[in-house]
Amino acid sequence: MSEEKKKTPLKKVFIIVAKGTIEDIYAGLVMANGAVMEGIETKLFFTFFGMDAIIKKRQNKSKTATVGNPAMRMPGGLPFPTLLGMLPGVEAGVSAMMKSQMAALDVPPVDEFIEMIVAGGGELYACKLAFDMFKLKREDLDDNVKDVITVGELYELAGGEPGTQIIFT
Amino acid sequence: MATKSYAGVNVDVTEDGYLTDPTQWNKDIAAEIAKEEGIDLTDKHFEVIDFLRAENDKGTQLTIRMVGKSGITDIKGLYTLFPAGPLKKSSRIAGIAKPTSCV
Repeated sequence: MSEEKKKTPLKKVFIIVAKGTIEDIYAGLVMANGAVMEGIETKLFFTFFGMDAIIKKRQNKSKTATVGNPAMRMPGGLPFPTLLGMLPGVEAGVSAMMKSQMAALDVPPVDEFIEMIVAGGGELYACKLAFDMFKLKREDLDDNVKDVITVGELYELAGGEPGTQIIFT
Repeated sequence: MATKSYAGVNVDVTEDGYLTDPTQWNKDIAAEIAKEEGIDLTDKHFEVIDFLRAENDKGTQLTIRMVGKSGITDIKGLYTLFPAGPLKKSSRIAGIAKPTSCV
């Protein structure tokens, strides 16, 4: 094997989850879990509606938006009409389908996924601003959340050598 | 593709160092690959390796969650056995292809 270019592996990531739909939450969790599996030091920061991922009562109940989601398709590939998305039960049906499709690929429910990330050494943080704004209590949050921090503390945690890649999903 | 010698046997490996033919694998080869990864293999490691090889034979797409549910070890234990590479390092040592799943 000839090693002409020296590859510098990524060492640290901070992944920010700010939105609370199924796909927004999973995008962050899949990236975080993947990073942990690569031996990358991984931290997650949940803010605004992304907090749903770490609120015990809501974490496994996220939904996919069936209104205002122009990329969404019917199972056959035809565009999904926004008007249809407004009908009762459609959002729940689509969300259940998203979850079952992911389960088929061995993607766990949110709470279990968080357990996996933490088992590998990943760390979870909640946003102080969103925490105060939503009037949450510490016991509302998943026990795996390490701390409720300010944005200043986020940057402090991201410091050190080598620096951290901050990823906003 | 390249050829590499492990435990006195020449095996075919990919650029990333994964065996291309799982049937060329044996436990001595595993021990030498593990040494390259900085791991001393124990019986527990081999339990995981045997599980991965068996699932791989069935054509299953491997995930760490699967290993965690196998009853051999939990996810935390898996990270302890194969630090910084619970699926990649274990697959490489098990003589099977580089994992293709995202979980």
